[in-house]
Amino acid sequence: MTENILEVNHLEINFHTYAGDVKAIRDVSFHLAKGETLAIVGESGSGKSVTTKSLMGLLANNAEVMGGEILYHGEDLLKKSEKQMEGIRGKDIATIFQDPMTSLDPTMRIGRQIAEPLMKHKHFKKEKAMAQALEILKLVGITDAERRFKDYPHQFSGGQRQRIVIAISLVCYPEILIADEPTTALDVTIQAQILELMKELQSKIETSIIFITHDLGVVAGMADRVAVMYAGRIIEYGTVDEVFYNPQHPYTWGLLNSMPTLDSEHLYAIPGTPPDLLDPPKGDAFAARNDYAMKIDTEQQPPFFDVSPTHAAATWLLHPDAPKVTPPVEIQRRYKIFSEQQETKIKANQNLAEG
Amino acid sequence: MGKYLVKRIFYMLLTLFLVATITFFLMKLMPGSPYANQQKMTPEQLQIMNEQYGLNKPVWQQYLIYLLGLVKGDLGTSFQYSNQPVSYLISSRIGPSGQLGLQAIIFGLVIGIVIGAIGAINKNTWIDTSSTILSILGISIPSFVLAVLLQYYVGLKLGWLPIADWGGFSYTILPTIALGVGPLAETARFIRTEMVDVLSSDYIELAKAKGLTKFGVVFHHALRNSLIPLVTLIGPYTVALMTGSMVVENIFSIPGIGEQFVKSILTNDFPTIMGVTMLYSAGLVVVILLTDIIYGIIDPRIRLTGRRN
Repeated sequence: MTENILEVNHLEINFHTYAGDVKAIRDVSFHLAKGETLAIVGESGSGKSVTTKSLMGLLANNAEVMGGEILYHGEDLLKKSEKQMEGIRGKDIATIFQDPMTSLDPTMRIGRQIAEPLMKHKHFKKEKAMAQALEILKLVGITDAERRFKDYPHQFSGGQRQRIVIAISLVCYPEILIADEPTTALDVTIQAQILELMKELQSKIETSIIFITHDLGVVAGMADRVAVMYAGRIIEYGTVDEVFYNPQHPYTWGLLNSMPTLDSEHLYAIPGTPPDLLDPPKGDAFAARNDYAMKIDTEQQPPFFDVSPTHAAATWLLHPDAPKVTPPVEIQRRYKIFSEQQETKIKANQNLAEG
Repeated sequence: MGKYLVKRIFYMLLTLFLVATITFFLMKLMPGSPYANQQKMTPEQLQIMNEQYGLNKPVWQQYLIYLLGLVKGDLGTSFQYSNQPVSYLISSRIGPSGQLGLQAIIFGLVIGIVIGAIGAINKNTWIDTSSTILSILGISIPSFVLAVLLQYYVGLKLGWLPIADWGGFSYTILPTIALGVGPLAETARFIRTEMVDVLSSDYIELAKAKGLTKFGVVFHHALRNSLIPLVTLIGPYTVALMTGSMVVENIFSIPGIGEQFVKSILTNDFPTIMGVTMLYSAGLVVVILLTDIIYGIIDPRIRLTGRRN
């Protein structure tokens, strides 16, 4: 069992608005082990960005943590002062934002922007910080780094700017990197390069990554584990294989079903819209959009049912008394792949045991 | 850069030429004459005077003579003071006006930026509200009202500062405040809006995520980005200071250009009116050119020419 460097337990966050309290995060728990990549998947408004902002202590002014804890090496980040959080941000926990076009200061040379965290956290003198910043700029693959070190952000393309943002976030070798949809604003060819770079740097720097995205295609190649969020809750989590090929929650089915495949004639879309979190529904928040919903789904929030030691889903369909349902065709196809995988694994294990 | 400057300077000269032409003919349309008591003068006296000042020639000739003088840098001779060249009149009075203008703009900008920034950082709190009220007051109260209020309360009632006249730094404080409050309020309002915008941008979020202190974020990232657009206001401020100075210098009886300008208008001293108008116009077009150049220097995204590395 690897060490968990981060543990989030029963986190609850409300946003105070004129219309009332928006319950943006409802009883969210997850953990992050050293060196692993956890993907948090969900549609807009499901609370994935709020979750990560709370890890950085950068919630908006009208947000309030109602309960829960965020344990970083056993210490609750929610109890730290602003001063203590300043010492953690950018040094131990760093972040990459979605839009590289707007996340760099337009009037500061990029070299200085990369060096800033070093001067702040490691108290490096300017020359030393600049020298190290140049090294990391080379590492993220900016060609001709020496010459471009003194350029301004507008002189770089979107992909290059995201490389610079990655350089800024990794310059202090953080333990946790939160990547909030880092490739969403980039075009597809650049996306692959940036993901490749992140994986490469992850192994060099030995950082753990929390990867926020709504793009399941990206998750498959990046993550070790996946947590699916819906309406402020995590509704299913497991290893990538488990969530992709043995999904249990109807919402996960819907997500996977809406991924385009080579032979899909038209794209599936989950009907309806997410619930209003000013007044969240009593039972499973997904019930109203769920073709498989049962009466109990609208009345009572389903608990997590374990599927395997690493995999669980919050749906009443997993209850022993629940009727057996037939998932969509695409999901059945995935189940088949999963059982084949399992068989080969078992066989391999048997061979190993016999051999 | 060189080509750009040549082009700009050409347009500046064109602007000044148009200003000179328009003011010249406007003045010819003005009723009244430069002579204080025309009724008591005999026609002979009048003719001698007209000849001396070249007022007997046809208007187009007077115009050409004036333009030629302008090109040579000769602004003519004042009507109100005998044999005083306008250029001497201006240069002897530019000191107080310049000092006052400079002090007012520094006072306005510095305090305005501070008030605006404090308002933006404490957005939607009572601090923000009071700074907004302050700037609305500053914009709506005319400088001459403020000048009189300052004279009455600070000068007369409290007796802290001289009410009027010119003689050392203490004499400049009240007129500087009266003149500078307009730009101050304008700056505070502008910076507040600009900074609220900047503070909600992604790069500020990233700066916070780097672990910088609140002060570091504001000072190194937010302030510079909010200050850049302020440069565009320097032009309008210059105009405000020039027009403001006419009133404020009169109220505080400061021997500056503004005061002289008003006197000249009252006495129909054409050459002096023309001279001061030309000075103001030249000042303004130079300030506008400088603004554009400064903008290019402080905002790396705007360069006057497409320089590639």
